[in-house]
Amino acid sequence: MTVQETARSGEKKSILGKIRESSRLQGLTLISPTMLYLSLFMIIPLLLVIILSFLARGPYGNVVYRFNFDNYIRLIDSLYLKILWYSLLTAALTTVITILLGYPLAYYIARVSANQRSILLFLILVPFWTNFIIRIYAWIMILRSEGLLNTFLLNIGVIKVPLEIMYTPTAVLIGMVYEFLPFMVLPLFASLEKIEMNQLEAAADLGAKPWRAFMRITLPLSLPGMIAGSILVFIPAMGMFVVPDLMGGAKTILVGNLIRNQFLTARDWPFGAAASMLLLLLTLVFTLVYTRRAGFGEEYLV
Amino acid sequence: MSEKKPAVWLRAYALLVYAYIYMPILILIIFSFNSQKLNIRWESFTLHWYDVLFNDAEVLLAARNSIIIAIISTVVATVIGTMAALALQRYRFPGYNFAESTLYIPVIIPEVVMGISLLVFFAQAGFQLGLGTISLAHIAFSIPFVTLVVRARLHGFDKSIEEAAMDLGANELITFWRVTLPTIMPGVLAGALLAFTLSLDDYVITYFTAGPGSTTLPLRVFSMVRFAVTPEVNALSTLWVLTVFVLLLIGQIAQRKRA
Repeated sequence: MTVQETARSGEKKSILGKIRESSRLQGLTLISPTMLYLSLFMIIPLLLVIILSFLARGPYGNVVYRFNFDNYIRLIDSLYLKILWYSLLTAALTTVITILLGYPLAYYIARVSANQRSILLFLILVPFWTNFIIRIYAWIMILRSEGLLNTFLLNIGVIKVPLEIMYTPTAVLIGMVYEFLPFMVLPLFASLEKIEMNQLEAAADLGAKPWRAFMRITLPLSLPGMIAGSILVFIPAMGMFVVPDLMGGAKTILVGNLIRNQFLTARDWPFGAAASMLLLLLTLVFTLVYTRRAGFGEEYLV
Repeated sequence: MSEKKPAVWLRAYALLVYAYIYMPILILIIFSFNSQKLNIRWESFTLHWYDVLFNDAEVLLAARNSIIIAIISTVVATVIGTMAALALQRYRFPGYNFAESTLYIPVIIPEVVMGISLLVFFAQAGFQLGLGTISLAHIAFSIPFVTLVVRARLHGFDKSIEEAAMDLGANELITFWRVTLPTIMPGVLAGALLAFTLSLDDYVITYFTAGPGSTTLPLRVFSMVRFAVTPEVNALSTLWVLTVFVLLLIGQIAQRKRA
């Protein structure tokens, strides 16, 4: 390097440094409204709930500023553990059923011609964008004891007494699966669409049976979509209280219902806050474990 | 993928799943024209329930509230969410990772937790619950989605057009206004449409941040559904599904034209 070149590169560096400085400032200016807003209306509220979960309920449903762990200790009661277990089970079943139902569908959409594909995707999007209470209502119309399913079955003589499906855990599951199916199909499709056909052809040329090619190529490559879909289904399913409210009756209470009741009817905010923290912890652990595990699996399989 | 035609059984399966998805919605629509109030079996065709719906003062008020909230939250969330997308896609700055993970919070926390935390916050800060608090809450959960959509659009953006504009003497503001913004506009509009729908659709967070007199359409639908199965809800649902269908169709056609 000659002296001149060294000098020039030094000059360049300082200009670059200035550009970097001003670009830093621009970046900070652009991000600050979002960060201010989300700090005020998302981070601070969450911190308040954490603090609240260590406080106590006063005699009139007010909050008493006395630091304690009682709310968490109360959660380790067989009643609440049962609710928790039932919520986990419902969310897990919903996730598994949407995968089983949605995978072949997403696979099909990924393999039809581009024209057909946009129509099929459009048809997935319409219910996805339609209000979810309306979609639950449609199922209530069908499932209730004087509903369409029972009327139909009674008329053709398959049953003598109406089936009692509404207000059971089965009804809740039916509602949840219907609700969340598009959340699974869309990310699954996105990852299946990316798979190159020639990879499968190469596998076939090398003598792999279609099933084997599916297990060794398609399935592992679609794993990211399955993970994204599972997170999109499992987390809202864990906190769901509207479906059990409308379809589960008084018998089926999920964590979401428990939290809602503590805040709006029982007015025990500190206990509700503790239950919220437990729910949050569970969903975070699920997300971490699931993404970590799947990441490992991907490396292992590909 | 594509090229090789999918198997017949797969086609039949897909057809079945689509039937499963659409059958309840079609039943909903058909029974909105049913004259029988109990809505059990088909009697005769009527538009009576649409008449009832359009004269239901509570539904109309709820619809008005929903639209006001959706417009406010969409405008605010789109502007600041787009700024955040530009910041994250174009610049490196201190706190970058923190900003990025903060934007993921609403995706990974259950809605009910966000709802109660906003309730606690508003109660603690002494906010009067109503249209204002609902709008503030909707802006909060919409920003991350706007940012996500706009970032995806910025990802494929060719920076050299901007550099060309600058070389030709445009300053940064003019470059942004005349070059950057028109290019990312489809992404911004998609983000705005998403924010608008999310707001119009939200039940859980609205439920915790609403006050007396600030009932929105989803809250109203919920109490109607809870109370009884009436064809008026069917009429409302039919209009809702139709609106979504038309809006999505317009979006799709616009996209197709551009491509």
